[in-house]
Amino acid sequence: MVRLVNIRPTRRVAAMLGATPLLLLVLAYLIASASRHALNPADKILPTPEAMLSAMRMLVMLPDAMTGERLFWSDTFASLQRLGIGLGISTISALLAGLVLGLLPAVRATLGPLVTTVAVIPPVALLPILFIVFGLGESAKVALIVIGILPLMIRDIAAHVEALPTEQMIKAQTLGASSWQLALRVALPQVMPRLIHAVRLSLGPAWVFLISAEAIASDVGLGYRIFLVRRYLSMDIILPYVAWIALLAIAMDWVLRQISQRGFAWAHGAR
Amino acid sequence: MSMLSLRNVWVEYGEKVVLERVDLDIAERSFVSIVGPSGAGKSTLLRLLLGQEVPTRGRILLDGVPLKPECGPDRGVVFQRYSIFPHLDARHNVLFGLECAAAPFTGRLFGRARRIALDEADAMLAAVGLGDSGHVFPAQMSGGMQQRLSIAQALVKRPRILLLDEPFGALDPGIRADMHVLVTRLWREQALTIAMVTHDISEAFTLATRVLTLDKRRHDPHAPHRYGATAVYDLTLDRRVAAENAHSASITIDDNVNN
Repeated sequence: MVRLVNIRPTRRVAAMLGATPLLLLVLAYLIASASRHALNPADKILPTPEAMLSAMRMLVMLPDAMTGERLFWSDTFASLQRLGIGLGISTISALLAGLVLGLLPAVRATLGPLVTTVAVIPPVALLPILFIVFGLGESAKVALIVIGILPLMIRDIAAHVEALPTEQMIKAQTLGASSWQLALRVALPQVMPRLIHAVRLSLGPAWVFLISAEAIASDVGLGYRIFLVRRYLSMDIILPYVAWIALLAIAMDWVLRQISQRGFAWAHGAR
Repeated sequence: MSMLSLRNVWVEYGEKVVLERVDLDIAERSFVSIVGPSGAGKSTLLRLLLGQEVPTRGRILLDGVPLKPECGPDRGVVFQRYSIFPHLDARHNVLFGLECAAAPFTGRLFGRARRIALDEADAMLAAVGLGDSGHVFPAQMSGGMQQRLSIAQALVKRPRILLLDEPFGALDPGIRADMHVLVTRLWREQALTIAMVTHDISEAFTLATRVLTLDKRRHDPHAPHRYGATAVYDLTLDRRVAAENAHSASITIDDNVNN
């Protein structure tokens, strides 16, 4: 008998296998929702798909009476903008700081402990400080995302640069490379796939910090909306919003993976 | 004429003495093999020559000038592994050294200068037998091809001395024999000076004009680190040297058969 570890599904079978639990989850929800509604047609905890659709139609299609905007889209835009700015600042800073820390032992000795210290502080504990310093506007929310993911990204990139084989660094020096050329031509290109990987790993925490910041002080945003309608037990809005957030996260991850595979084929063992 | 000289060189790590009283002269165009048991300081000696490490005491002179305590383009190196850039294809791996010298800020060449440099890189690739593999990335190369590329990369800088650190240790016997032929040919054609650390005694004697054996002269069983290693045997292989002289006399007549 073939060992379990040696049973490898083909691509088609793998796709089917992967879809099964998701479909089962949806099915289980539909059954539970239907049975609750059979007992109590006004149930709000597990809304039917029709209820979700009609609630979402309001938010997606119809302008809000107060602001005149379609709330779903303005929420999405506001959240993605915060997330994008936060991720952008973090990515560029992590790349620069990681390269410098990884390549220059003197800088590593000076700033390494600082980065390690900041990295162990739970970012949400800093949120009150950020609100006091930056006020309740956009910058506090972006700052929370940056503080939340940047230290770990810097450590990841710096560790990767440091782990480049000594032989390679020595070889580059015997070929005449200066410190600057080592950074630009040897370390930077090799760390790029790792940077994209670090961004992918940081997407999860970045969403957590975004939703937290929006839940506490905001007037627009996906996280704000979820926490607002919670007061009315509006599961018909919360569940589609959560699904939409999941979809956005998957799409961002997919795009980043494509960039890494297309742009840095050498790092993916391409033939 | 001695090109590289070590004068009373010691290397100590705290209490531990790795090399002691190493006096050595390496002549231009010689091929020196360095053998010895593990832990006898072969790699330390190579790192000294490379400038990766500084002697605790003593002096190292290259062409009569003290060696800078840093690796530079006057010394080329090929390690057993990891000495090529995985993110560049073969051509750009070789081009790298030319670009570093010519473009200090961008690290890249453009236009005509780039075409000239690429021609030089292609010629060097052809010389190591990788003429058709210019666009292959290291991940798709066999171990032998990777070492050929590493040699091409080092030689394109025309180093004063080429240092080889167990360059063929990870290769299959057949490939290793091919590499021996290649290194011997390049050594002759390009008038190289080579220092090679190896575990393989027969390789040392096949390739070199001179074999150095590093070992400890004295050994204190109660303090094994008290004494360092030095060159205990220094054999000049007259037979190989004579063969080389005969070869260079006849080099215009026949170039390939005498390998």
